[in-house]
Amino acid sequence: MSGGNDNRLANEAAVGFGQSLDYVTITIGEQLLGLPIGRVHDVFIANRMTPVPLAPPEIVGLLNLRGRVVTAMCLNKRLGRPLSLNTDCNGNYELTAVGIERDGEAFALIVDAVGEVMRLDQSTFEPVPVHLDRNWAALAAGVHRLEDRLLVVLDVDAVLKIDLPLAA
Amino acid sequence: MVVGMDELLQEFLGETGEHLDTVDRELVRFEQEPNNREILRTIFRLVHTVKGTCGFIGLPRLEALTHAAESVIGQFRDGAMVTASAVTAILETIDRVKEIMSELADKGQEPPGSDEVLITELQALAEHARQELNQAQPVGGALDPVAAYLARHGAPAAEDGLDLVFRSAPAPERGPDGRLDTAPRHDAGADDATMRESRPSGPATLRVNVDTLEHLMTMVSELVLTRNQLLEISRRQEDAALKAPLQRLSLITAELQDGVMKTRMQPIGNAWSKLPRIVRDLSGELGKRIDLVTEGAETEIDRQILDLIKDPLTHMVRNCADHAIETPEERRAAGKPDHGTITLAAYHEGGSVTIAISDDGRGLDIARIRGKAIQQGLAQEAEIERMSDAQVSRFIFQPGFSTAEAVTAVSGRGVGMDVVKVNVDAIGGLIDIASTAGQGTTITIKIPLTLAIVSALIVATGEQRFAIPQIVVRELVRVKAGADHRVEQINGAPVLRLRGRLLPIIALAGLMGVTPKAAEDGFIVVTQIGERQFGILVDSVFHTEEIVVKPMSSKLRHIPIFSGNTILGDGAVVLIVDPNGVARQVGASVSTEMSERGDAVAGPSPTGERTTMLVFRAGPNGIKAVPLSLVTRLEEVEARDFQASGGRLLLNYRGRLMPIVPIGEVEIKTEGLQPLVIISEGDLTMGLAVDAIVDIVDEILDVELQAMLDQGVVGSAIIRGRATEILDLAHYLPKADPNWLRASRRDGSTAASRHVLMVEPSDFLREMLAPVLKASGLRVTQAASIDEARRLVPSSSWHSVLIDIDRDADAAFAFTAELRAGGNGEQLRLIGLTSFATFDLHIRAKQARFDEIVAKFDRRALLAELTEHKSGIRQAA
Repeated sequence: MSGGNDNRLANEAAVGFGQSLDYVTITIGEQLLGLPIGRVHDVFIANRMTPVPLAPPEIVGLLNLRGRVVTAMCLNKRLGRPLSLNTDCNGNYELTAVGIERDGEAFALIVDAVGEVMRLDQSTFEPVPVHLDRNWAALAAGVHRLEDRLLVVLDVDAVLKIDLPLAA
Repeated sequence: MVVGMDELLQEFLGETGEHLDTVDRELVRFEQEPNNREILRTIFRLVHTVKGTCGFIGLPRLEALTHAAESVIGQFRDGAMVTASAVTAILETIDRVKEIMSELADKGQEPPGSDEVLITELQALAEHARQELNQAQPVGGALDPVAAYLARHGAPAAEDGLDLVFRSAPAPERGPDGRLDTAPRHDAGADDATMRESRPSGPATLRVNVDTLEHLMTMVSELVLTRNQLLEISRRQEDAALKAPLQRLSLITAELQDGVMKTRMQPIGNAWSKLPRIVRDLSGELGKRIDLVTEGAETEIDRQILDLIKDPLTHMVRNCADHAIETPEERRAAGKPDHGTITLAAYHEGGSVTIAISDDGRGLDIARIRGKAIQQGLAQEAEIERMSDAQVSRFIFQPGFSTAEAVTAVSGRGVGMDVVKVNVDAIGGLIDIASTAGQGTTITIKIPLTLAIVSALIVATGEQRFAIPQIVVRELVRVKAGADHRVEQINGAPVLRLRGRLLPIIALAGLMGVTPKAAEDGFIVVTQIGERQFGILVDSVFHTEEIVVKPMSSKLRHIPIFSGNTILGDGAVVLIVDPNGVARQVGASVSTEMSERGDAVAGPSPTGERTTMLVFRAGPNGIKAVPLSLVTRLEEVEARDFQASGGRLLLNYRGRLMPIVPIGEVEIKTEGLQPLVIISEGDLTMGLAVDAIVDIVDEILDVELQAMLDQGVVGSAIIRGRATEILDLAHYLPKADPNWLRASRRDGSTAASRHVLMVEPSDFLREMLAPVLKASGLRVTQAASIDEARRLVPSSSWHSVLIDIDRDADAAFAFTAELRAGGNGEQLRLIGLTSFATFDLHIRAKQARFDEIVAKFDRRALLAELTEHKSGIRQAA
């Protein structure tokens, strides 16, 4: 690694994913996104989801991951895109999920596809462009310039932080 | 020493053993130097310490013994004479304490047995010394222990009568020094042998970190889940080889679950250990005398729940003492004993624990609560009037209800009961209250044994399954259109008739924000929260399952109708319905319903009336209804028995020819059974032919009157969600007998000239009754309100006035008084019309000088009142 040639960027990049520059890449639509590898517990296919009535729109339901109840959040919806779930109600989804943990709670981010793990150099890291859609800007920690495309680094904590109505 | 001995206990044993040895020594010294106050103080302090420690770690036997000894030593300290027998008794006590302690060291618990003889002896000694002290007061010797001792020591030995009594008592034998010779002989003798045998393997308590237990519990929960999954698999595939071990696994899991649960259990007495002190202090502060009685303190409950229930319990007992129990003077005035009693009882009931807190105080002031509820707008006045006392008392659980002082100052309790309810709700418990004025109040709390694993009913609505905690489920009712039990609608609100009561129904699908499909088929889960019942409509019910409650995700905790989630045997995640949350939803919808109804009552042109209607089908698309009170009977008659005569169809019915008239487009059958609605009017009986009798319903009718009369229909109303035409009988009666109108006029020849004023705010009722009255030859003028009637009064010479007294009884009575006072007032027949003729109403009506009260729709009675020559009688009177 080139080591500290751009401290400012390194510091910003550190927000949300520590020192790691290894990313699990996912795609939402055509866009490549990256999740800091330290935050990703596992990747799995969810095929049985329990929808929760009256839940916030991003929460698509609960699923059973090896005896643990996991709250599933649709990343498409979270990014202001239409829900990526098929609306067929036979309960047999084939959803790609990324398991994340926060404050002892298990969450699953439903994504369109999971790609390879990438190790990226800090030199390709850029802050979030100012004119990005507000939904995206709030969830992105920065952007990596790859050779042929861009990878948006997600701030996992921001993704999991959704506005909730006050408890009744 | 036994490995694993409770550290606290071990410490206690070591320390107390030392103390006792010292006491032993010092006592003997004291006996020799009775005026050495230094020794006495040391002894008192040591015994007191031992007593306190015993009480602290829960050794009741030791505590009682040391307490009794302490009180005797206390008397010495206050200057009572030190007798040898007293010292002996104390030493004997110390020996006994040592015996018990050695057993305690072995077995980790106090041996069973009674120390009553010894304690009685000590108490007698203490009492004796106290009396002596009292007698000695005037002499002033009591202040100087030496003088006191000397003063009494010279007294004849016979004065120490009690000592003699105890010496001659059969219990222990004493040697010449007064000490117990054969210490272990009397009640420890038998135990001694067993004690020695069991020494190597005596049970001991073990202190375990709570986290370890919690972890164990989690693991067991997972095991239960896995077991459930396996059971689910074995249900699907028949594999005999799998069945047997699975059965065993299932049993072992259940036992393990029980066992682990037990480690978390604590006697509920731990939660109320502080209460006696609180009550004692409160009684002092408030100048009341209050006894606290506890029952079932040993009832065990999950420690998690124990922690949560502690504060509400304390709060409620404090309330009892503060508000419910009267002062001794008040109690005496009410003919009750000076001492008020608060009883705290706990017992197991099914899978839950019931705690009852009752007092014999003044009870809730129901009238006050009613007033308060109206004032706070919790319900409409009319609604509250109809509520039972039990329902009214439940208002104290309403949020914020009790914060106003007005209730607490006058009524029994109420401070923060809403908070208590919230706490109880939070642990899935139920709370209820029952109160009798002047006799006391009982609050019952039903709480689950544990929060971790609950028994739940698995139900489904739409494609989704849900779990409903079994604790609230009273019964299941299958509902189906056309079956005995079916869901009916009142203005879109579904209800179920269950054993003569209406049960509000909430469709689970509706709660989930999905528009429920026609609520016709499915199951009603009859749910009880307190004494309030409601039904949850679901599509299907599967089975009961022990579920492991997992907390709701932080992103979903704001949804009020779920309390958590769980994983079922088949691996699916299922949401747990929170019955209290659902009840709140029901409450919300009920109260809006109430206020709507209230508006209808208060509004200027009310149309709602609760009426029992006979609903039947007539014609291809005609659902029609007629007030049941107008119907004489329902018959099904063989169609071949009909006889055609002069263009009319007749039936030989009970020895008379009865005309049969088809309703609307009904085609009278030529064969098979023809359903008939039989109507009788004076001499005339007629059968109305209908296609089918559908139902009898009790509905609030909102009748839209037909603009065109003479269609055989008065108007239409929504009955059970369907537009239903209300039959106009006056249209059909002449069809049966064209002479009928004339006939009845002839019959009531005197009635012909009678002019009746009908004051009835309900359009429907006016339209129903007026034709009937007209048919009887009466001239009828209608008024929709009393004001309108008042204007009409001078316009004619009235024979009778019919006045509705349901809407506003006071106004009706005032109007009656006006009429009586007016010209010809005494000759007027005044008849009150009501839907519910209570005795009370009769009395009031008589006082208001009504001639009679007639139930609405009891048209026979009404006609009798109007056409018979009763007015003559009145004139004569």
